[in-house]
Amino acid sequence: MGMDFSTLRTLISRYCVGEENWVDSRTIYIGHKEPPPGTEAFIQQRFPDNRIVSSKYTFWNFIPKNMFEQFRRVANFYFLIIFLVQLIIDTPTSPVTSGLPLFFVITVTAIKQGYEDWLRHKADNAVNQCSVHVVHHGKVVRKQSRKLRVGDVVLVKEDETFPCDLILLSSSRDDGTCFVTTASLDGESSHKTYYAVQETKAYNTEKEVDTIHATIECEQPQPDLYKFVGRINIYMTNEPVARPLGSENLLLRGATLKNTEYIYAVVIYTGMETKMALNYQSKSQKRSAVEKSMNAYLVVYLCILISKALINTALKYVWQSDPNKDEPFYNQKTEVERQRHVLIRAFTDFLAFMVLFNYIIPVSMYVTVEMQKFLGSYFIMWDDEMFDEELGERAVVNTSDLNEELGQVEYVFTDKTGTLTENNMEFIECCVDGHVYVPHAICNGQVMPGAAGMDMIDSSPGPAAREHEELFFRALCLCHTVQVKEEDTVDGIKHGIHQGKSTSFYISSSPDEVALVEGMKRLGFTYLRLKDGQMEILNREDEVEKFELLEVLTFDSVRRRMSVIVKASTGEVYLFCKGADSSIFPRVISGKVDQVRARVEQNAVEGLRTLCVAYRSLSPEQYEEVFQLLNRAKLALQDRDKQLAEAYDLIEKDLILLGATAVEDRLQEKAADTIESLHKAGIKVWVLTGDKMETAAATCYASKLFHRNTQILELTTKRTEEQSLHDVLFELSRTVLRQHGGMTRDTFSELSGDCTDYGLIIDGATLSAVMRPGQEGSNSGNYKEKFLEICRNCSAVLCCRMAPLQKAQIVKLIKASEEHPITLAIGDGANDVSMILEAHVGIGIMGKEGRQAVRNSDYAIPKFKHLKKMLLVHGHYYYIRISELVQYFFYKNVCFIFPQFLYQFFCGFSQQPLYDTAYLTLYNISFTSLPILLYSLIEQHINMDILKKDPCLYRDIAKNSLLRWPTFIYWTVLGVYDAIVMFFGAYFLFDNTTFTSNGQLMTTNTQMMFGNWTFGTLVFTVLVFTVTFKLALDTHYWTWINHFVIWGSLIFFVVFSLLWGGIIWPFLNYQRMYYVFMQMLSSGPAWLSIILLITASLLPDVVKKVIWRTLWPTTTERIQQGRDNKRYERALAYMSSDSLLME
Amino acid sequence: MMASSYSAKDEDGHITVSGPGGGTLRNKKPENTAFKQQRLPAWQPILTAGTVLPAFFIIGLIFIPIGIGLYVTSNNIKEFEIDYTGDDTSSPCYNCAKNFSWNNTKSCTCTIPFQLDQPYESNVFMYYGLSNFYQNHRRYVKSRDDSQLNGNIDSLKKPSKECEPYASIDNKPIAPCGAIANSMFNDTLKLFYNDPNGTSVPIPLTSTGIAWWTDKHVKFRNPVGTNSNLTAVFQGTVKPVNWHRPVYELDTDPENNGFINEDFIVWMRTAALPTFRKLYRIIQKKNNMAPTLPRGNYTLVVDYNYPVRSFEGRKRMILSTISWMGGKNPFLGIAYITVGSVCFFLGVVLLVIHHKYGNRNNSANISN
Repeated sequence: MGMDFSTLRTLISRYCVGEENWVDSRTIYIGHKEPPPGTEAFIQQRFPDNRIVSSKYTFWNFIPKNMFEQFRRVANFYFLIIFLVQLIIDTPTSPVTSGLPLFFVITVTAIKQGYEDWLRHKADNAVNQCSVHVVHHGKVVRKQSRKLRVGDVVLVKEDETFPCDLILLSSSRDDGTCFVTTASLDGESSHKTYYAVQETKAYNTEKEVDTIHATIECEQPQPDLYKFVGRINIYMTNEPVARPLGSENLLLRGATLKNTEYIYAVVIYTGMETKMALNYQSKSQKRSAVEKSMNAYLVVYLCILISKALINTALKYVWQSDPNKDEPFYNQKTEVERQRHVLIRAFTDFLAFMVLFNYIIPVSMYVTVEMQKFLGSYFIMWDDEMFDEELGERAVVNTSDLNEELGQVEYVFTDKTGTLTENNMEFIECCVDGHVYVPHAICNGQVMPGAAGMDMIDSSPGPAAREHEELFFRALCLCHTVQVKEEDTVDGIKHGIHQGKSTSFYISSSPDEVALVEGMKRLGFTYLRLKDGQMEILNREDEVEKFELLEVLTFDSVRRRMSVIVKASTGEVYLFCKGADSSIFPRVISGKVDQVRARVEQNAVEGLRTLCVAYRSLSPEQYEEVFQLLNRAKLALQDRDKQLAEAYDLIEKDLILLGATAVEDRLQEKAADTIESLHKAGIKVWVLTGDKMETAAATCYASKLFHRNTQILELTTKRTEEQSLHDVLFELSRTVLRQHGGMTRDTFSELSGDCTDYGLIIDGATLSAVMRPGQEGSNSGNYKEKFLEICRNCSAVLCCRMAPLQKAQIVKLIKASEEHPITLAIGDGANDVSMILEAHVGIGIMGKEGRQAVRNSDYAIPKFKHLKKMLLVHGHYYYIRISELVQYFFYKNVCFIFPQFLYQFFCGFSQQPLYDTAYLTLYNISFTSLPILLYSLIEQHINMDILKKDPCLYRDIAKNSLLRWPTFIYWTVLGVYDAIVMFFGAYFLFDNTTFTSNGQLMTTNTQMMFGNWTFGTLVFTVLVFTVTFKLALDTHYWTWINHFVIWGSLIFFVVFSLLWGGIIWPFLNYQRMYYVFMQMLSSGPAWLSIILLITASLLPDVVKKVIWRTLWPTTTERIQQGRDNKRYERALAYMSSDSLLME
Repeated sequence: MMASSYSAKDEDGHITVSGPGGGTLRNKKPENTAFKQQRLPAWQPILTAGTVLPAFFIIGLIFIPIGIGLYVTSNNIKEFEIDYTGDDTSSPCYNCAKNFSWNNTKSCTCTIPFQLDQPYESNVFMYYGLSNFYQNHRRYVKSRDDSQLNGNIDSLKKPSKECEPYASIDNKPIAPCGAIANSMFNDTLKLFYNDPNGTSVPIPLTSTGIAWWTDKHVKFRNPVGTNSNLTAVFQGTVKPVNWHRPVYELDTDPENNGFINEDFIVWMRTAALPTFRKLYRIIQKKNNMAPTLPRGNYTLVVDYNYPVRSFEGRKRMILSTISWMGGKNPFLGIAYITVGSVCFFLGVVLLVIHHKYGNRNNSANISN
């Protein structure tokens, strides 16, 4: 009976804490102690041990698994197929030609991955074997980390890292709190406070901890670092007690204990189930526009390859229809060949042609492109100008795949706070019921503008106002989550406050709060500390006031406000709430709303960040109600956040407005200059912010996003309240189009000086109305299009009141618009992560709001101003470099393979290769690989300083201009032309004449005949020289390395050829290249024809370049030439002065 | 290094241990070196009309004289060509060509008279030319065993598979194996000078020194057996099917017999194109001042052994003198003249363009 009773009680208590059907959960017995009989029997789950496995392979599965993964790449697979075809059927080239490069690439990749995996194994072992302290039968014993099991109670000492995810039971501090830094998880070095459950916090010795008898129920592990719901059931009193557990109780693996001597905690998630391990998932891969073009070209070349093979196969069979051609007396087939079915023969021939021509899609291009990106990204990291002395940080490259995309950006979406602005807040003023207060102190040596004209404290009249004033200051001192650090060893963000006696710092995740608390201090109210749930304030009369902190209704970006419930020493209970004006005003029932609103708006226009403060006095009954409400929500295991939000919504109402604050967030250094440069570069800059419209607009003006003559179009709730959204949209689009009717966008942007440009302001609510899929699908699509049309014609767009997801939505909307522009998102906070992930390029700023944005970004820079160099210089260079790389690679392989194709017409379509195997193999690997790689790493067509000074140059490469089809076709045609010149040049030399060497250089005075290998070698020599010289002509930046590599690889080719032909190679079964190269070089006509053919091949490209440059120069070329002219003039001046001297 | 970057784009999500992203906590200030800051001193040339113009004129001025020189030289070379295929009834070799059969043991001889209008000075080179003969067919090109030809005993006894179907007959290895060797040109060409007084003087033909020195002395070698007798060395092998004589009876001179027979070596260097000529004999310059081949009537006597009619081929005999630049070669001279003129012409065009438009751009630039 008693058992039944206790079961019932459990059920009731569980019902009370909001338990519903809760499937995905686990139950943990603290210290492996079974719960008392009668509690609901849980099926004991099996949990993994605490072994972290970040390695991918084991010793045994390394080779198969790694091979499988490598051959999953399309390119590798293609080359594998070619290699297998070569192995299986009788193909013209030896399998070595494709096998060797493939083998090389695969092996080196495997070695590299193996090495990395070995490092991971080593790191894993180090982590898994490090010892941890475990409480075992009331004693602390040491255990290897990997042997930890769920339910163990561990002891962690100061500065130790948590070995797995833990629930805090107790700490050395009496209040059951501990401080933790999660620097290694998310980079935030600020200390965070974690709390122990009230019931267990007293058990802070090993003996006592061992007596804890409780179970924990919690959700199964999920990767969100900041979410956790669970419940602890404590059986030590007569009645089991259930307490909610949240992320404030959960210590994450990887975080470090700080400022706390030791803690006891129970293991709940182990090994690969810890949140850190679950967060090892990759971000989705981003592909650059260049890569897309490259893939398109590849498809074209694949088609060319297949059609070449098909044409040749067909022609072969036409040609062979005459048996005397197919099998003349001198060239009989074997019996096996003869008996083969004609279809099989045809198919084999097709494959053989494929193999013969497969070099047109070279494996080395992939290798070179990857290498270029990988090595090239180092230049970003090495950049001295992108190093920030203050932060001690330099640019970080998280992915090197997008280097060239930086040169293609058309839209920049930037966050405001912390990105455009410093996020270094300074308290400017506050206003209580319309009376303005300004702190006396002048901060940071800056004189407050207009401070003298403000009402000062003593001018505030009336007892009611007096009361409000007192409340207001207390509210600001109490309503925050600021921590006070007394020592000097804080390695977080420091806010030194010299208090006369002791040095203390205010630390908070929000700089606004710190600014407010500091501002209050300057106004006479000093927040001292939070001790034992008591907040202590030093008021103007130097008296310590104590308030008991009852509840904190934490800030979130949806509600945009936070509240605290405190109990004054007099026993009164207050709810203080501060938040954005838009989220406070609707909840206010009394107070001088109009005055405050006016002041808030005025401040916002000046670019200040404003917050409104309100309060509500709670009677004990009301408080009890509130307490119940909150507790119920807090104990809920499912949808706790939602329930909490609902509870908060119910609590934060009927407020009485006290006043408002204004905090200034200064613009980042050179933010305006950067934005102006981006504008000149043809990039549209959009500001997406959660801030209110007036503040954001002020920042936009300050940062030159909007100019004085910018006509502002508003698409805000204010307007849509008056008119329907439909009408507003159409009206705006009419306004915009009237102006730009007939003008193309480009001319518009050129002339932005003299015709009015538009700036659009849209707010979150209106945006969601625009984006909302309407009842009639067509209509809403129409809205989106209209909106996009307006946006396209505006030089700047400001989106305010944005929720994080809306930021991503905007980015997505622009990405998906018909021009498919390249977007870049830049931000510093967690709220920017979604847009950083969504945009083509995501850039994180190493700001004050933690490291989340940096972690999720593709590139991270210390300051917004570095964006200028990142895009205008690095992006431009990388784009130029990689586009040349891609085009050049296709070009040089057309030059390489097209002569082989032509040769088939003269060798009876027999798949006879033109070049020797060694040449086929090494052409892409060594003869022509290094110059282009080096070019793609260090080419600078224009000086860095000019690129920075003249952002217009960025427009020259906009819209993937160097990789468009006409350019591609030009390169391909050039390749075909060169191939024709080389092949037929050699052909006519060999065909109707005796192309011979008279051997004057040799000892015998004879005239010797050249065979097919000499023919191929001649073509190949011309080819190697032509493609190398072509690159040399394209190089605008000749450092000693360029000279070394370009001339070096030509010399290498000659030396190799001499060596290759100079020896009878014992391991080869043919000696066809023996002395071929030397014999060729000993022939005068060969030299003459090599020179002639190289000249003839290069001629058209040079002429094209020169004529284009003279007749239709691009901005880039004009500037290059200008520089040249200046130098020329200088030289002229120098010379004339010389001649004067001579006279 | 190559592949390390190649795989930089790992498709899985494992955290790479090293790489560009792995920032360390060391002093992060980048080194201020010229290379790392991309400020290496560099020469920055630009291809403009101004810089290219002189180059074009210089190329034109160099190429045109070279081309003229080449063309004149080539034109001074005397060359005589005679087709003796015999597919025409009027041709003296018609009967030989028509009655050709592989079983003929006795070779058919035909006589072709011809006339040289000019005297041939210096050394005269005698070639045979074949047309429509695909020596560059893949099956044909690879049908040889270089190891066997290099004198390897093992390869002699067991020729490479590449030689199929000319590797062995009745399990006896063929030496030399392969289609190339099997189809060696075996017409015998002789030249007679018909003296004005009516006598027919045979012209001495040198058959050595026609192959590459390295081929003859390094690449091709007779197998070295226990005795120096070639016949014994080739014991156990059979001659190629189409040959009349085994390889060790190609010449009487031991230095020109077996694999190092120069006619054989010349044949083994496969031609690049289906129409080709190969050096056959050299007519050495006589010591006196008389031309090597004086003006007059000659007779070419052909032992007609080589069938070409089946694949519509043609056979020719060519006599040619030689210059510093090799044989008769008008193409190179013409090509040089053409390219040189084009350069010159382009130079003029560029000059005009440069003067007309070049300044405009510069001034526009300066006004910027």
